[in-house]
Amino acid sequence: MSKEIAPLQDPGLPHHVHRKADTDPVAEKRAERQVSILFLLSSAGTLLFIYSFIWIPTDVFVFLPVLGNTNAHQLGIGAGLGFALFFIGAGAVHWAKTLMPDEEVVAQRHEMRSSDEDRASFVETVKGEAAKVQLGRRSLIKRSLGLSLGLVGLSPLILLRDLGPLPEQSLLKTTWDKGVRIVTDPGNRPLRPEDLEVGAIVHVLPEIKDPEHRKLNDIAKDASILIRVRPSELKLSEERMSWTHEGIIAFSKICSHMGCPVALYERTTKHLLCPCHQSTFDVPTGAKVIFGPAARPLPQLAITVDSEGYLVAAAAFNEPVGPSFWERNS
Amino acid sequence: MKSRREKVAGGVANFIDERTGAAKWVKKNLQKVFPDHWSFMLGEIALYSFIILLLSGTFLTFWFVPSQEEIVYEGSYQALEGVKMSEAYASTLDITFDVRGGLLMRQVHHWAALLFLAAMVAHLLRVFFTGAFRKPRELNWILGVALLTLGIVEGFLGYSLPDDLLSGTGVRIAQAIIQAIPVLGTYLAFFAFGGEFPGTMFIPRIYTVHVLLIPGIILALITVHLMLVWYQKHTQYPGAGRTEKNVVGYPLLPVYMAKAGGFFFIVFGVTVLLGAFAQINPIWIFGPYTPTQISAGSQPDWYMGWLDGLVRMSPPLETHAFGYTISWNILLPGLILPGIIFTGMALYPFIEAWATGDKREHHLLDRPRNAPTRTALGAMSLTFMVVALINGGNDLIATHFNLSINQIMWATRISIIILPPLAYIITKRVCLSLQRYDRELVLHGRETGRLVLLPHGEYIEVHEPISPEKAYMLTQHEQPLPLQAPEADENGVAPRGGLKNKVRSRLSKAILGEQIAKPTPEDVKALEGGHH
Repeated sequence: MSKEIAPLQDPGLPHHVHRKADTDPVAEKRAERQVSILFLLSSAGTLLFIYSFIWIPTDVFVFLPVLGNTNAHQLGIGAGLGFALFFIGAGAVHWAKTLMPDEEVVAQRHEMRSSDEDRASFVETVKGEAAKVQLGRRSLIKRSLGLSLGLVGLSPLILLRDLGPLPEQSLLKTTWDKGVRIVTDPGNRPLRPEDLEVGAIVHVLPEIKDPEHRKLNDIAKDASILIRVRPSELKLSEERMSWTHEGIIAFSKICSHMGCPVALYERTTKHLLCPCHQSTFDVPTGAKVIFGPAARPLPQLAITVDSEGYLVAAAAFNEPVGPSFWERNS
Repeated sequence: MKSRREKVAGGVANFIDERTGAAKWVKKNLQKVFPDHWSFMLGEIALYSFIILLLSGTFLTFWFVPSQEEIVYEGSYQALEGVKMSEAYASTLDITFDVRGGLLMRQVHHWAALLFLAAMVAHLLRVFFTGAFRKPRELNWILGVALLTLGIVEGFLGYSLPDDLLSGTGVRIAQAIIQAIPVLGTYLAFFAFGGEFPGTMFIPRIYTVHVLLIPGIILALITVHLMLVWYQKHTQYPGAGRTEKNVVGYPLLPVYMAKAGGFFFIVFGVTVLLGAFAQINPIWIFGPYTPTQISAGSQPDWYMGWLDGLVRMSPPLETHAFGYTISWNILLPGLILPGIIFTGMALYPFIEAWATGDKREHHLLDRPRNAPTRTALGAMSLTFMVVALINGGNDLIATHFNLSINQIMWATRISIIILPPLAYIITKRVCLSLQRYDRELVLHGRETGRLVLLPHGEYIEVHEPISPEKAYMLTQHEQPLPLQAPEADENGVAPRGGLKNKVRSRLSKAILGEQIAKPTPEDVKALEGGHH
């Protein structure tokens, strides 16, 4: 180490100052009374708790300042139990502070390290035992044991294999396909172009046979949005333009960042905002990211109308929807 | 004459001792000395809130149904009558509205969880800033970091269980983080969720992890944590009569036991009062989870807020190459940075010991000002986390204060780079100033505010010498010099490990280089001699 400067003289532990209750019997009695009162307050709390639990109906509301309309039952049992516990603690601490001995005591510490003899004899013991089983010489045993332990350690991983199916193609596909009708979510009503005014946004799903029993797994990929703007406002490539219909443009509603539903639409700026991490997508340019952590535009769904005039998907999504994953090829 | 009670007690003690030989051990440990300081209660709060979590959590398991099977709600909460939801969400509504005391216990459980994490963080900061992690307590520091990590995971799983709209959104984000792991991510996500998101397996699975696996590990680690505290004896703040070789405080029985036991009831009482008066996580307002809906202002609990804040401020980076995708915008803030932060935290005691070359045991705590670099590093890390946490609530800040969310995001993006180093510099300067102030106090005493007019017309302020106890406390710390890199020998041959030595002496200089020399006994004597 370095040259260490000595501290000033250590004056030792400060002189102990007695409390009032240590010397004055009146103060002592008073402290005793205070502790008992605190304990009795706890009992009162428990009684309030029991009373509220049994006799206050659960549908009675009382008005309290700051809290507003509050359930009386909940308030009674909570306050009762809370005070019952709190005052036991307050009593015990007050007791310790006023009446229990408050003189600090000194104990000695010992270094954690064992003595040199103990350490040496420990090493000897280990070496001796190792020599007895001749661990050093039995390398065949050592190696085969190592191999077996390693292999048996793999078995939990094998056992956990059936936790889930392999991803296969499931992340690449949705229910959307050529000719699938677009229906509202909720409601499952098919839509015609004239149902959407300019500036409107509709949350949609693909039409299926049994809409009462849609799987959440499907919804989590199929959820989409239709937005209608003036066709002249769209700034898209010719191909992407052909995916829209009279200014109606469809996007996946599942955020390309972490999969939250991109549900906030600002009509004046034509921005879609994800409430989770504030990624902002610009609708007229094909949901390009203009702010936030998302790195990709929302996938656009090609739409058209069928022979009956209802809006349908013109094709499946041409890329996987939702957050990125390793095998994603774009 | 022995009283009846004494006879019974003696009988029980005799029975146990004859079978375990515990008398000697118990006698010794009942007199164990614990130093007293308010900051030593922070770890206690964490312990007590964990016990509260076990108790309230057990109550909740009696009614909670960990299932994602879809059912139609027919309970007493009319606003959701006839709505399709998972059994998990429906049973949480039942606990809230149909089980007496259920709402109270849910709120106690949630408040206790927030308190558990807050107390652990406060305890960690206390241990860090006072240098309590130094030898021989490095292992306990690592256990603490492990407990904090487990606590965060446990908390996240816990608030995911009710399967409400808010928590389901959190699960979706967690799934996206798993899925973003290169090579293995998609497989891991499919194994965790039993297929695609959301599936029907996740909640039953995390239920087992939440009520059995992680609490079991936490309990085991807490036991070891406390046994080490017991065995190594508690650290103490420096002061007159306190040395590296002794421990000054109150014996376990009765004072410490009464205080600690009483404090448990106080913490429990306060948590229950919070549960009674302060609404938390009103899942009936959020509604059941469905992947197509979301409420604006979605927020995780505070201990996940920094992580969410980092994800929000991340630049939109993604690499596409050879038909594969790496999402840096998720990996960097969601896995890589937290990994660096927690690994760095766990290793810090060893880094500091290596850089200072200090291999001795330390039982006297540092005053943070006397370890300026460590204190500054702590302030720097804290600033980083706080800026991240603020950005985690950027949408709420935007709506409450009528600000633009884009501006807040850019402000935090810039702040998280600029503010931490600034905090480092400022904290270090403040520490050194405080050292100067201490030196002044010891040498010239404390300002009394009394002005005296001297006969020749000069005004002076009277200084009063401080107590010897205080003077000792202000000068007891060591001021070691930084390590020197080994010099080249006379033949000009550089010693081995050149780069390592260079890094070490650099670090050592950074940590120990700047100190305000503390007053020596000679300084004090010289002043006393020359004074008046």
